[in-house]
Amino acid sequence: MMDAIEKKLLHEVAELDSLPVGAYNIRANGSLQSRSVTANIDIVTKEDKPGIDIFIKPGTKNESVHIPVIISQTGLTDLVYNDFHIGDGADVTIIAGCGIHNCGGGNAQHDGIHTFYVGKNAKIRYVEKHYGEGDGRGKQIMNPTTVIHLAEGAQMEMETTQIAGIDDTIRKTSGDAAAGASLIIREKILTVGDQHAVTDFVVDLNGEGCSANVISRSVAKDHSVQEFKSYINGNCACAGHSECDAIIMDDARVIATPGLIANHVDASLIHEAAIGKIAGEQLIKLMTLGLTEQEAEEQIVNGFLA
Amino acid sequence: MLELKHVGFETEENKEILHDVSLTLQERFVAITGPNGGGKSTLAKIIAGIYEPTSGQILFDGVDITHLSITERANLGISYAFQQPVRFKGLKVKDLLSLAAGRDTSVNEACSYLSEVGLCARDYVDREINASLSGGELKRIEIAMVLARGTKLSIFDEPEAGIDLWSFQNLIRVFEKMYEQTKGSILIISHQERILNIADTIVVVKEGRIAQKGPRTEILPALLGSADAAREACDVLTDKMEGSVTP
Repeated sequence: MMDAIEKKLLHEVAELDSLPVGAYNIRANGSLQSRSVTANIDIVTKEDKPGIDIFIKPGTKNESVHIPVIISQTGLTDLVYNDFHIGDGADVTIIAGCGIHNCGGGNAQHDGIHTFYVGKNAKIRYVEKHYGEGDGRGKQIMNPTTVIHLAEGAQMEMETTQIAGIDDTIRKTSGDAAAGASLIIREKILTVGDQHAVTDFVVDLNGEGCSANVISRSVAKDHSVQEFKSYINGNCACAGHSECDAIIMDDARVIATPGLIANHVDASLIHEAAIGKIAGEQLIKLMTLGLTEQEAEEQIVNGFLA
Repeated sequence: MLELKHVGFETEENKEILHDVSLTLQERFVAITGPNGGGKSTLAKIIAGIYEPTSGQILFDGVDITHLSITERANLGISYAFQQPVRFKGLKVKDLLSLAAGRDTSVNEACSYLSEVGLCARDYVDREINASLSGGELKRIEIAMVLARGTKLSIFDEPEAGIDLWSFQNLIRVFEKMYEQTKGSILIISHQERILNIADTIVVVKEGRIAQKGPRTEILPALLGSADAAREACDVLTDKMEGSVTP
């Protein structure tokens, strides 16, 4: 049975208040908590290393897989390898997430390595949320790695969110796309205090007519530091777009390093990056509606990351 | 209701923008007009609290608001529609209308404000106030926000700027309706004859001073008279130019 802390973590990362419908695998404090499979979706524990294989049959439609991880023990380091094998023509939603509640003096760390093998013309929506809380001195650390292989015509939309709570994170995402495949990544990050977040995207556009769109919105407050790196390699006739939009506040630092590498004459690559503080006139506008300066700031930040 | 006593404003570079402006506004519909750069927008911003005057005093319903913040003035019942509306990435039309109304607005409620300014709520409530909206759309949403607030005093800084002709016809109706149906007062900065034409009182601001103030019936003909004079002067020029190309 889960205790109140674990239930709260599960709510934060997977918006689950009870066991989900469909396939799921809940990992708590480094071991399996509960699992459910369906006729089309199988989940198998790996034999050679920690983690699971998720098999989704070709043509599976309108099903979902939840694979939340929660940690409520201090001093625990958890490393998992989760591999998703998505059959041709499937159309599914995968919800992952990691919640850490660290109330002790030791660090709590979760490193998840997720690899997606997306079959021909399959369509995947992948949502991951990272959440940390703690009243102890120990840090919450997460280093998610996502590797995406898209076969011909496959489509993947990834939404990744980290709103405060995580002290240290290196988020690596790499992908390769075959002909006609499309990859959309939306990232939202808020760092506060002395938190440090690194985002590192590398996408290889290999097949004729494939595309990638990487959109990052972030807010850095207090003394926090964010680094955003994004490389799109256009190796054929393809379309790549990346956009990094950051609000900087207080004494924070934001480093954005966009990279576009065109290795083919028909590769069309665009990058947009903007870092700036909240515009004074935005604050003034909301203050003329009766909000205090602090309330105005909160509305602007919440809207930006919504 | 609104009283300005010897208000002056200088920029940080000591440039004087307003000089000893004293003005009492009791009428429900006041238009401020005058040449560009004369200090009209500065005056409106001083009333809304965006700029603090360097001298003088401002009273609103008898309360000294000279040193009150923008927020405090907003909560006392002053609204201000920007000449150039602000864009917000992520905030939606619905969010700003809710903030303006001071409560969560339903689609029906949003519809009542947006339809006043000629926008269909269904198409707009979920739109972000970002670069995807045109200048005219933003301007109408800006006005809808002031309608949603429904305060004692609504200030509009050149509402006609950036609005297309079709919208302009409707804009006049918005102000007429506001005048008829609400109890609040309207203060509009405008260059447009048709807006001046529905005001009770017209104030002319020129070179940082109040040049004229009086009922519309008195001020407007004089203003238009000078405009006619300008038109005649232009006609002379046009005739000459046309004359010069005619063999």
